[in-house]
Amino acid sequence: MKSLSRKLAYGIFAVAALVTGASAQAANERFVLISHAPDSDSWWNTIKTAIKEAGQHLSVTVEYRNPPTGDLADMARIVEQAAASNPNGIIVTIADFDVLQAPITNAVKKGIPVVTINSGTQEQSARLGALMHVGQPEYDAGFGAGKKAKDAGVKSFLCVNHYITNPASVERCKGFADALGTPLGNQMIDSGMDPSEVENKVAAYLKANPNTGGILTLGPNSAHPTIRALEKSQQAGKLFFGTFDLSPEIAKAITDGTINFAIDQQPYLQGYLPVMALTLNARYGVFPGNNINSGPGFVTKQNVALVRKLAGEYR
Amino acid sequence: MSVGDMSDRSITPSPAAPKDDERLRRVGRVSRLLNRPELGAVSGLALVFVFFAFAAGSSGMFAADGVMNWLTVSAQLGILAIGASLLMIAGEFDLSIGSMIGFAGMMIAIPAVFFGVPIWLCLIFAFAGALLVGFINGYIVIRTGLPSFIVSLAFLFILRGLTLALSILFSNRTIVGGLREKAAGDWLAPVFGGRIGLGFFQKLAEWKIIGAYPDGSPVVPGLPMVVVWWVVLALIGGWVLTRTRVGNWIFASGGDAKAARNVGVPVNGVKIGLFMVTAFCATVYAACQVMEFGSAAADRGLLKEFEAIIAAVIGGSLLTGGYGSVIGACFGALIFGVVQQGIFFAGWNSDWFRVFLGVMLLIAVVFNNYIRRKVTGER
Repeated sequence: MKSLSRKLAYGIFAVAALVTGASAQAANERFVLISHAPDSDSWWNTIKTAIKEAGQHLSVTVEYRNPPTGDLADMARIVEQAAASNPNGIIVTIADFDVLQAPITNAVKKGIPVVTINSGTQEQSARLGALMHVGQPEYDAGFGAGKKAKDAGVKSFLCVNHYITNPASVERCKGFADALGTPLGNQMIDSGMDPSEVENKVAAYLKANPNTGGILTLGPNSAHPTIRALEKSQQAGKLFFGTFDLSPEIAKAITDGTINFAIDQQPYLQGYLPVMALTLNARYGVFPGNNINSGPGFVTKQNVALVRKLAGEYR
Repeated sequence: MSVGDMSDRSITPSPAAPKDDERLRRVGRVSRLLNRPELGAVSGLALVFVFFAFAAGSSGMFAADGVMNWLTVSAQLGILAIGASLLMIAGEFDLSIGSMIGFAGMMIAIPAVFFGVPIWLCLIFAFAGALLVGFINGYIVIRTGLPSFIVSLAFLFILRGLTLALSILFSNRTIVGGLREKAAGDWLAPVFGGRIGLGFFQKLAEWKIIGAYPDGSPVVPGLPMVVVWWVVLALIGGWVLTRTRVGNWIFASGGDAKAARNVGVPVNGVKIGLFMVTAFCATVYAACQVMEFGSAAADRGLLKEFEAIIAAVIGGSLLTGGYGSVIGACFGALIFGVVQQGIFFAGWNSDWFRVFLGVMLLIAVVFNNYIRRKVTGER
């Protein structure tokens, strides 16, 4: 048993040495990007690509952190913790203003430059003391999508919400409903994240409400199973179908005519630009004077070819 | 197991007993210390600290705000682990505590925000509601004779579903915010969301023992109440378990419920009471979180039931009941918190986060078991 404990100790020191060695090599600026997304959300892969490439191009280290289950209180702890590790900058989503207010303002107070991305508004970003916000206003994007649907003559709709506990996703459905002039109520369903569950819930809803005119999905996690549900019930292309965000499957569905449009908030920009801005700030003290709207951009049949080969990695 | 453990504790001379009672076996102070069930967890913790001193020593993990970060995470989990370990020692599980956190949070937030009820009344309401849920949970387990695993699994879904359904019903939202303003000036709110030792931490910053913001205020403005609750509940739980008759009942219920009933232990009462304790602990967690962040969310506490059980197991509680310790569970929670946050500090890729977490926990538990066996001579 003595040899076991000795081996264990050697092993631990070996790993520890490896780790300290690895972190000693990266002597350049270190930034931490903190998202609210649970591990299963594939949309964030584009951001991960962006920060990886930005890190390589600019010779900086960018760490990606997220609460594994998507619990925003856990996310607040990660922000506190990132601040405690004294990085050269923090990039963070404002998933919920109340929860993140104290940790983010404390990081700012500590003198750490903060850029907010993705969720949240530009006003919230300014109130937190962040240097700028890179994102897409959620309610407005949902409202814009709703206007397109209204022009197409849609009167009733289904909003497939795969992340119902995040207020930003509810905002999108709400904007869509307001543009159509219908109350939200039962038209928003809590689909969960599991693809087969989403598919069956959508199929069940459409069966129970055959007069549904349009569908809004909030991202690949709800869009992919919805596409399958429509294909199985042979309704693909017959319903007005808008979605948020892009993926290879969504791009293909736009080409096929199953999906009318996708709202692209261009996540690559949300990952790349803050790293670039913070690096320039750390090195030369220069910084853009305004917030940056990375979206919304509508991807339709007309421009999808351009987007398609990049989907899932850069778009 | 339980019998051995009870005799272990009876040999500890009580102050009232005559000093040279020949029935008492003499046990040295050191070996008595080494025989405690929490020893393994303490060694595991030491191992984890050594590891992170190397892996993340220069990252700010051991600066004041870094320490407060993993301490807060550990304290939250520790509060749950105290309830979970007591119930586990009594031979039952409660898988609904994670959902109970979200549910209790909403019981505080919805009345406060949508019905204008004062915060102190909301807190009392939430605790009363949680104790009721705990009672129902325990009562169903006792009356049906079903494994608590199944019953509390049902409650895991019922409570999570109710939390979502009710928050949508009342507020059309899944996060109910705006409690910070309501809690201002409330007499009970600071008991959960406040901080203590403000002056002390200010002094520490002035003496440059801990870091300060550029404006001179300390990076850690005080000890969060969640940590205070953790310590207080640990002391009470540890005292009840090891020094009172109820503690013996808990060990006996989990060791052999039938034998315990035969000697007059109120097994049903003990078990139902402990289900209420776990619900109470989950509500303390929820209240601290809601008061700190000023909002309740329907997905709070996801998967925390498993983390609480992990902490209790790392701390030396047996999954089969009848053996374990509250203080050990607290050390288990500390190990979990240090590892979980330490991985972030060490700067590891978050794609690998859970792999590291799992491996570190496995090493901690194996090490902890190894030390305990070696010291207690258990096979």
